[in-house]
Amino acid sequence: MKTNDVLLRNVTKVVAFIIFLFSLHLFFAGHYNPGGGFVAGLTSAGAITLTLLAYDIKTVKSMLNMNTIIITAVGLIFVVGTGLLGVFSGKPFLTHLYGHVDLPVLGDTSLHTATLFDLGVYLVVVGVTLTIIQTIGESD
Amino acid sequence: MILKIALSIALLLYSVSTFLYLYRILKGPTTSDKVVALDSIGMNLVATVALLSMFYDTNAYLDVILLIALLAFIGTVSFSKFIEKGKVIDRERDN
Repeated sequence: MKTNDVLLRNVTKVVAFIIFLFSLHLFFAGHYNPGGGFVAGLTSAGAITLTLLAYDIKTVKSMLNMNTIIITAVGLIFVVGTGLLGVFSGKPFLTHLYGHVDLPVLGDTSLHTATLFDLGVYLVVVGVTLTIIQTIGESD
Repeated sequence: MILKIALSIALLLYSVSTFLYLYRILKGPTTSDKVVALDSIGMNLVATVALLSMFYDTNAYLDVILLIALLAFIGTVSFSKFIEKGKVIDRERDN
């Protein structure tokens, strides 16, 4: 009997976006509330895993259109780059910079380079998790 | 005071329910019974965390509720796919 996953696929189309939004919330809430780069990365990887379950590796690869190892590498560059930002401003390695910036739409916003470090952690976690899942899924 | 007593009773009832599901996991004749029981334990865990966050009077656990629900859903879907098709992730789909 040929199976038909129409219910799973339509639920995935809605739920995957909700999970992405939740991971975005976890990522930006990390400074003052529970959350942060690690949990946000795992949640994003969970959303992509759900699409992997509903569809297949080939579809998800064409959807993502990016090598997961390159995502990991970009994340590591972000982590090391924010560390070097402290060195270039004459302070020890991994000293974070912060300040108020006048953004065009958002107005006076308090920004911190720890967010960029967290972005690196996020990308590394997403890349490593997806590399593990895809490599195991492709092997026979 | 009355709220804490009510929450304690609700937590006790949920733990009894979780133990009954655990009996179904240990005893269940087919794999599907065990998967359904595991999914229900996940939902019980959601309710338990919600009650505990009321008990401790904090909203720090509210993200955990959503996270457990999402993980229970993804886990149940992958178990179901394994039971139905024998593999969790297809290389290339045929339909």
